Amino acid sequence: MRSNLAIETMPCSDDFEQQLTDVLDRLYAAALRMTKNRSDAEDLVSDAVTKALKNKDKLKDPASFRGWMFRILTNTFISHCRKKKNRPEISLAETDNENEEEFWLFDRLHQPLLLFWGSNPEQEFLNNVLREDLARALDKLKDEYRMVVLLSDVEGFSYPEIAAILDIPVGTVRSRLARARSRLQKSLWQQAIDTGFVKDPADRLRSETP
Amino acid sequence: MSSPEKIDCEKALRHLLEYLDQELEGTLQHQMEQHMSSCRSCFSRLEFEQTLKTHIRKSGTEQAPDSLRNRVVGLLKDFEK
Ligand SMILES: [Zn+2]
Repeated sequence: MRSNLAIETMPCSDDFEQQLTDVLDRLYAAALRMTKNRSDAEDLVSDAVTKALKNKDKLKDPASFRGWMFRILTNTFISHCRKKKNRPEISLAETDNENEEEFWLFDRLHQPLLLFWGSNPEQEFLNNVLREDLARALDKLKDEYRMVVLLSDVEGFSYPEIAAILDIPVGTVRSRLARARSRLQKSLWQQAIDTGFVKDPADRLRSETP
Repeated sequence: MSSPEKIDCEKALRHLLEYLDQELEGTLQHQMEQHMSSCRSCFSRLEFEQTLKTHIRKSGTEQAPDSLRNRVVGLLKDFEK
C-alpha cells in the first residue's frame, strides 16, 4: 500500500487518482469504440490521462470529473485523427441533410408478414441480437454519430453534458442522437437480413416477382 | 389546475427519444407520461427502445488491460513528483 504522506500534503491528489482509477474501464471502453483497435485505444487513454494530469488544476468541481475526463478523451481522439492521414477528418460541428428518412426497427418488426414470429417479435429480435452485432453496428456509424451514442446510451450523460463534452449545441445533440439511433437500427436490421435471421418482406416480394 | 391537453401518437413519437433519455420537463413530460399510460402501442415502442438502449449500454463495457493500468500508475507517479 502507498504511504499516506503524499495525501496529507496534497489533499486533492488522492481524490483525483481514485476518480481516475474508477473511470479507467469506461475510458478504455469508449476509446476502443472510437479507435476500433486495442493498442490505439491504450495509447489514446494514456495520452488523455497525461493531458488530464497536466491540467488537473483547471478542474474546479470534482463532481464534474467524469464529464471533464470524457471531454479530454474526445478532444484527444479528434487530434489523433487529424494526425493520421488514413482517417477522414471528423467534424463534430457539421450537420447532415435533414431529409434522411427515419428508420425504426420497431416498425420493421411489426410488418404484417413477420407475424409468424409469434406475439412478441421485438422481444424475439432483441433476444437474438448479440453483443458482437451491436458492436459491429456501432463501428459502422460515422465518428460523430458513434460518439453521441456512446456518450448517451453507454455512458448515460445528459444532452447538456454531451453538448459540453463535444462542444456542440444541445439541439445538435438531440438531432444527431436521433439520426445515429436510426442508422444503428438500420444496420442491425440489415445484419439480421444478411445472416438470414429475418427475411425482409419487401425483399421477398421483390425476389418473387419475375 | 387543469390537466394539459392530450397529445396524439404522432407527437408522442416525435418526442419518444427525448422522453426515453429523460430530457423532457414540464407540460411535455407530463403529456408524454399521460400518453404512455394510455396508449399501448406507443408504450411497447418505448419499451423496445429502452431495452435496446440497455443492450447498447451493456455491449459497451470493457475491462482496461493490465498494461494500460500499469501505464496509468506510471503516469500518476511521474506527476506526483
Ligand atoms: Zn400512441
